[in-house]
Amino acid sequence: MQALHFDIAHMIDALVLMMGFGLLYQRRLRSVLRTFAFQATALAAAAAWQAYIQEAPHLYATAAIALFFKAIAVPMALNWLVQRLGIHRAVETALGVGPSMMIGVVLVALSILLVLPVTENATALTRESLALAMSVVLLGLLMMITRRNAVTQVVGFMALENGLILAAVGAKGMPLVVEISIAFSVLVAMILFGIFFFRIRERFDSLDLHYLEFYRGERQ
Amino acid sequence: MSAALEVWNPLWWVLGVPLAGAALLAVVPSWRIATWINVMVSGVTLAVSLGLFHDRPPPTPMLFIDDFNVYLVVLTAFVSFTTSVFSATYIARETQAARLSDSHLRFYHAMYQAFVFTMLLALTANNIGVLWVAVEAATLTTVLMVSLYRTREAIEAAWKYFILCSVGIGLALFGTILVYIAAQPVMGAGIAAMAWTELMPRAAEFQPDLLSLAFVFLLVGYGTKVGLAPLHAWLPDAHAEGPTPISAVLSGLLLNVALYALLRFKMILASNGYTVLPGPLMIAMGTSSVLLASFMLYRRGDIKRLFAYSSIEHMGIVTFAFGMGGALANFAGLMHMTMHSLAKSAIFFAVGIISQNAGTKRIADIRGLTASDPLLGWGFLLCVLAIAGLPPLGIFMSEFLVVTSTFARQPLLTLPLILGLLLTFGALLLRLQGMAFGEPGKDMGHPRPTRTGSAMVLVPMYSHLLLVAIAGLYLPEPLVSWFQAVARLLG
Amino acid sequence: MTSFVLQVVQTLLCIALAPLVTGLVRFVKSRLQGRRGPSLLQPYRDLYRLLQKEAIVADSASWLFRFAPYVTFAAVWLAAAMVPSFSTEMLLTPAADLIALVALLGLARFFTALAGMDVGTSFGGIGASREMMIASLAEPAMLMMTFTLSLLAGSTAPAIIGGFVVGGGVGLEVSLALALAAVVMVAIAETGRIPVDNPATHLELTMVHEAMVLEYSGRHLALMEAAGMLRLLLYMSLIACIFAPWGVAQPGAGLGGLALGFVAYCGKVAAMAVALAWFESMIAKMRVFRVADFLGGALLLAVLATIFLYVSEAV
Repeated sequence: MQALHFDIAHMIDALVLMMGFGLLYQRRLRSVLRTFAFQATALAAAAAWQAYIQEAPHLYATAAIALFFKAIAVPMALNWLVQRLGIHRAVETALGVGPSMMIGVVLVALSILLVLPVTENATALTRESLALAMSVVLLGLLMMITRRNAVTQVVGFMALENGLILAAVGAKGMPLVVEISIAFSVLVAMILFGIFFFRIRERFDSLDLHYLEFYRGERQ
Repeated sequence: MSAALEVWNPLWWVLGVPLAGAALLAVVPSWRIATWINVMVSGVTLAVSLGLFHDRPPPTPMLFIDDFNVYLVVLTAFVSFTTSVFSATYIARETQAARLSDSHLRFYHAMYQAFVFTMLLALTANNIGVLWVAVEAATLTTVLMVSLYRTREAIEAAWKYFILCSVGIGLALFGTILVYIAAQPVMGAGIAAMAWTELMPRAAEFQPDLLSLAFVFLLVGYGTKVGLAPLHAWLPDAHAEGPTPISAVLSGLLLNVALYALLRFKMILASNGYTVLPGPLMIAMGTSSVLLASFMLYRRGDIKRLFAYSSIEHMGIVTFAFGMGGALANFAGLMHMTMHSLAKSAIFFAVGIISQNAGTKRIADIRGLTASDPLLGWGFLLCVLAIAGLPPLGIFMSEFLVVTSTFARQPLLTLPLILGLLLTFGALLLRLQGMAFGEPGKDMGHPRPTRTGSAMVLVPMYSHLLLVAIAGLYLPEPLVSWFQAVARLLG
Repeated sequence: MTSFVLQVVQTLLCIALAPLVTGLVRFVKSRLQGRRGPSLLQPYRDLYRLLQKEAIVADSASWLFRFAPYVTFAAVWLAAAMVPSFSTEMLLTPAADLIALVALLGLARFFTALAGMDVGTSFGGIGASREMMIASLAEPAMLMMTFTLSLLAGSTAPAIIGGFVVGGGVGLEVSLALALAAVVMVAIAETGRIPVDNPATHLELTMVHEAMVLEYSGRHLALMEAAGMLRLLLYMSLIACIFAPWGVAQPGAGLGGLALGFVAYCGKVAAMAVALAWFESMIAKMRVFRVADFLGGALLLAVLATIFLYVSEAV
């Protein structure tokens, strides 16, 4: 029974990770949002499953937040935003789909190599979901770096956050998980609000500082 | 402990006052009244936090006070009080220029107190989860304040700040979870495995490699918020585009809070003993921040950006000092943190008024300050000299301590540090000369402040300056021994 | 003796069943699209009709052009006959391993592509080059997946892997799920289904497989078409054999076991055919240059499967 619990948890976690790759694979905004909704649904399933096997009812709340807020409300809101603001339907990439997926695989391998040796004391369940969660986090980060417009960047951030929640629900008996997911939801809501209110279409190409300073006449 | 006693826990008051203040300010319609309420609430917070010295409450699972955070709590309360005084003048003059509407101001004041609340919560949190939530909330409130002017640049700066720091605190959360996972086999599942007071005594039993991995995430995560290079990109923009009082508290306080979080985790690693020393990582990031900022300072044309880069440099020095570790370097780091808070917020007070007078933030258009307004100009001059590290002011003292303690142990590491310090000194003097002396420029900005108005800027500024000067000349014995006790805690 | 008989049955069964499967996919698809669609037996009629017709060969065609359909058909048929369907007790079972299958399919593809270029028409050339592009991506993915499975089960033979899976040796294994996803993606590309290729179109911008066999007619075309149908059945049998090996008759099973195996096999293939039709109706064909991403994805899944194997081993 224990083995089956473990296998199912592992399976759902892997599904979340696959959706992370799916996000990198998609080239259309609408598909990106749909993939994100799947990822959030998988996350909700993972949280609910952990709630069941750890007998931690508060994780059901996390699952509910993931399902209703992230899998349903946020994609709907973003779809609406995409239409309303007339954002380009195609995802602009700073790095092609193929190379970014390859980097993604390297990141997964990296996180597995990092996490497994250092978690010998933890239970098998914790270590595996931790390795997977870290991969999801790194993939989210990769997406934020390699995708250009504001919506995909936000989706990348939320994917990163999905990885964090995955890690949190996988850590046995971790308190405050619900509070943390609420705090994150507030953050995401704020970001969406920001995009709409300030009509941020493109990512300001502003991670490159020099460009900005030039733009403001700071650079002589 | 019964619930009735809990009410008298002074910590509840320290946190409750700004929170109640935020709620109150959210409904006060007039900004004139609001500025005064803001000052009063901050004053009360300061008074209550001073009470913590006398009556230290026992730790609860969520909140606690120890030797380390009590002084940061008081420093935070003090600087937020003086800033609120400065803010009263600043805001009054901004409204004259009709840059801000009533609803914006109501929002601003409420957010100011909410921000103070989140910082105090982060400092007093006994729980690594609560600490994280507090830092996240501090990010949210400051983002809202940075975007207050709603100009394209302000929104862009806020957006950049938001995205970068969100990622940063995301990674910090991952580190936090890793710490919990390291602690959980030893402490058992539950709240105990997230509380500082419970973690510290048993840190030696945690899995060291896992802690090291956690620290890398925490360093990148909270380090983003500290503004360490190469994660500093948000900092100059956020400082430059927000209202100046916010720049003052961002530089003077928020960076400290983020660094405090990092140091707490470093304490766990230090008492674990088997981990890869976090020192080299912190030294590397500290050195790169110092060098990067010192080179960037030469090219700045915007006065607020200039001092924002200077903040990066000083945070680099502090991180470097804590990275070196040992009693002396930790002592120097603590002192530098304090001195920088005081001096940098004082500078921003002056900068706020100066740029309002001049109607521009361009350094090239600001001239002859010592002639046009001697009190303000000379104060500004002294503050900048203090931040540049001129002896015998406090910052010189702490920088000197950092350099000597480094020299005693790793002589080669002092080279980049000294290079950075000298470059910064040169850059600041170069810019300062143009601004402070020469023919006064024509004021294009606001009319001069009233006498009360200028007093409300000058008194906070000079009081900070006085503290910095005193610290450079003479540190009272109890303060020294207490700093030393904290330095030992830091390992 | 039994193994010989079973092998003959299997060999005949797959050639008999392949057009039916194609017919079923078309039938379900047309129903999903709201058409009545042709009868299930239409592919048989098509093949019969083509066989009756005269084979016309272009003037510029060499002997290779005539030769290719036979080689292609034979290679695919042999490959299809090797994959255990309803029983694992067959003459060729010991020879059937995934690498041999990949090689046989590669041989078939090689000749098809050569024949496509042989006539010298531009469409044939386009088709051949596209086919080779797909192959160069699909084959590494397939081999990577083979690698994963052999690490997992200790063999590259589908029958043994299937036995390992059904024996409960692995439980719910993430690597297995990833390998399944990878092989499905490869199968879609290799059998020229939507979204990689559309078997029902002759639109020059998009066609791949159809472009290569455009010049064929009569019995040559019949062989090429039959090879295509067999390839579809082959991949279905392969997936059924490795990932859903329940009900397959083990060596020494009686007549009842064989009957059960046969029913189970038909059920699995039918289910996959319906799923394929549903999937094809749901999505649109992708642009040709996206195929590289798609198969890159398959390769990536296979690599991940290997990585995850390492995770599980480490526990």
